[in-house]
Amino acid sequence: MTQPRMLLAGLVASLALLAGCGQSGGDGGAAGDTIRIGEFASLTGKEAAFGQSSHKGTVLAIEEINAAGGVLGKRIDLISEDNRSTPGESATIAKKLVSRDKVVAMLGEVASGRSLEAAPIAQSNGVPMISPSSTNPKVTETGDYIFRVCFTDPFQGRLLAEFGKRTLMAKKVAIFSDVSAPYSVGLAQYFREPWLEGGGQIVSEQKYTGGDKDFRAQLTAIKSTAPDAILVPGYYTDVGLIVAQARQLGITVPLFGGDGWEAPELLQIAGAQALQGTYYSTHFSPDNTDPLAQKFVAAFRAKYGETPDAMAALGYDSALVLADAIKRAGSTEGAKIRDALAATKDFAGATGVTTLDANRDASKGAVIITVKDGKFQYVETITP
Amino acid sequence: MTEFLQQLINGLALGAIYALIALGYTMVYGVLRFINFAHSDVFMVGAFSGYYLGRIIPQGSIPGGIVVLVGAMAICAVLGVVIEKLAYRPLRGRSTLTVLITAIGVSLLLQNLGQRIFGANPKSFPALFPTHYFQLGGVTVSTAQITVFVVTVLLLFGLRYIVLHTRTGMAMRAVSFSPTAAQLVGVNIDRVISFTFALGSSLAAAGGILYASNYPSIDPLMGTLPGLKAFVAAVLGGIGNIAGAAFGGVVLGLVETGVVALGGSTYRDAVAFAVLILILLFRPTGLLGKRQAEKV
Repeated sequence: MTQPRMLLAGLVASLALLAGCGQSGGDGGAAGDTIRIGEFASLTGKEAAFGQSSHKGTVLAIEEINAAGGVLGKRIDLISEDNRSTPGESATIAKKLVSRDKVVAMLGEVASGRSLEAAPIAQSNGVPMISPSSTNPKVTETGDYIFRVCFTDPFQGRLLAEFGKRTLMAKKVAIFSDVSAPYSVGLAQYFREPWLEGGGQIVSEQKYTGGDKDFRAQLTAIKSTAPDAILVPGYYTDVGLIVAQARQLGITVPLFGGDGWEAPELLQIAGAQALQGTYYSTHFSPDNTDPLAQKFVAAFRAKYGETPDAMAALGYDSALVLADAIKRAGSTEGAKIRDALAATKDFAGATGVTTLDANRDASKGAVIITVKDGKFQYVETITP
Repeated sequence: MTEFLQQLINGLALGAIYALIALGYTMVYGVLRFINFAHSDVFMVGAFSGYYLGRIIPQGSIPGGIVVLVGAMAICAVLGVVIEKLAYRPLRGRSTLTVLITAIGVSLLLQNLGQRIFGANPKSFPALFPTHYFQLGGVTVSTAQITVFVVTVLLLFGLRYIVLHTRTGMAMRAVSFSPTAAQLVGVNIDRVISFTFALGSSLAAAGGILYASNYPSIDPLMGTLPGLKAFVAAVLGGIGNIAGAAFGGVVLGLVETGVVALGGSTYRDAVAFAVLILILLFRPTGLLGKRQAEKV
């Protein structure tokens, strides 16, 4: 129903783009003494916590690279654009980064839906793109120029099923997913198969639309089926309200989900008490004792005065992996960077060792986090 | 049975919120015969006023909550009057379509100003009123839900009283019937229209605050969907009809909840808007509206 408004916004954006075409296209991304890398992120809007975290990690990595002399003797220049967490923006931004800024590669996004918007543009223009933390498998299936430095949802779904069975000791599970997010639909699907194979039952499947505020009707329906646990594979703004309303309706069983939960805002929206007994899987814990992880945590704290989360760590690693590939390629040509990226092997970063497989995905372990007395706490690490 | 009762309460609580916003739509439509699409964004400004006022005034007490509520209503009343004066008054006498498009423009302006001023990130709304949950045989009701219901009913009767039993109300009805004739008999239509906007906007503010108390995550685009739903509710009940707006809101809340309860949660919004299409096709004057010849 917001169609007419979006149409209007789209029109204005395309007009702006047309106007931009009139100007000279600027010098190439590698001309002069800088290498231009584009970044599109949800710096404001519904999932701003994701974009901000990821962006801070990326900026930190690029500062470190530049301080160490840059890449191929040139400084890296990061051009960041905000897609305001809205659909449609990322494609426009990707076009702008490719055609006007002539970036040599792109970094983005956290949300799979928005990475999927930009990926075809990167692919058709031969500009390599690395998604720091989009877990939906479709993202890298777009083409051979699209990479990611995080695990994928088939892995995450499987580990959540395993976690539900082994740690939560649940037999009956209800699934409450966001129909408007490819991430959420995908994760629910990849949970379902291993869960049913492992002998688990799914007693109820309910849907919501991202941005909804009232979940009581669905939660009441879920409650009547008496599940042992509820899987909510959504993003933190919706999850916060869902957890709060579930507890208000007297649902006391554990709620659990994926890396979409990872944001300090979750605590503010749901409240510490409601989050007691909730779990999520993610890519990184600041409690990790690995020296590289600890070095990253210390540098991040020194720069921003806060503790980094998984999105920050992956934003950091995505920039490091890209810089490493450019270095190995010895060139800023798209095809050469692509080949170097595809050959990434055992690259040690903040989130562990990254090896990009034939599907251009990283295979990494995940950590489970719980909320206890208003604090995120590390529970366990699950390796693939 | 417990589930049915809980869903009934969920539906009524949701419906009461739609009704509350729909009252504002209907007020302005009743007098000016135009749909103020900026209403849903005044609703957002109301919620943000509550957010900022709530930081100054001690939280979780009933008098404090009422002060915030009244303060936000006053801020939005002023905003409504200003919007009318700057955007709609210069267009008075022009075709309804012109005014309608302006209203969409004002709505976009408020949304984008909101993103600029308040920031685009969702904020968590403070607990203005003390919140308790009552458990009655497995059914949960929160004080926030009861408050919405009580406030909606009070405002419904208050509005009816203003429109039907006061001199200003009589003037409003006169302007609604025929602005020219009203002017001829000495009604100051500028003042009546300003008053209508002040009233409608303060209703939006009350709606915004009560909505945010129930769903404590607010952002500058929060008004869009509830605004559209409230618009459906107003049309459903018969736009321009105060009791109809309240009735339409409750019906819509129950329908949406019913769809989910029957297992169709994917189609919740689709059903809400299908209701709008069906009503426009088969009973364009709404469930409680009177049939009348369109004055074009």
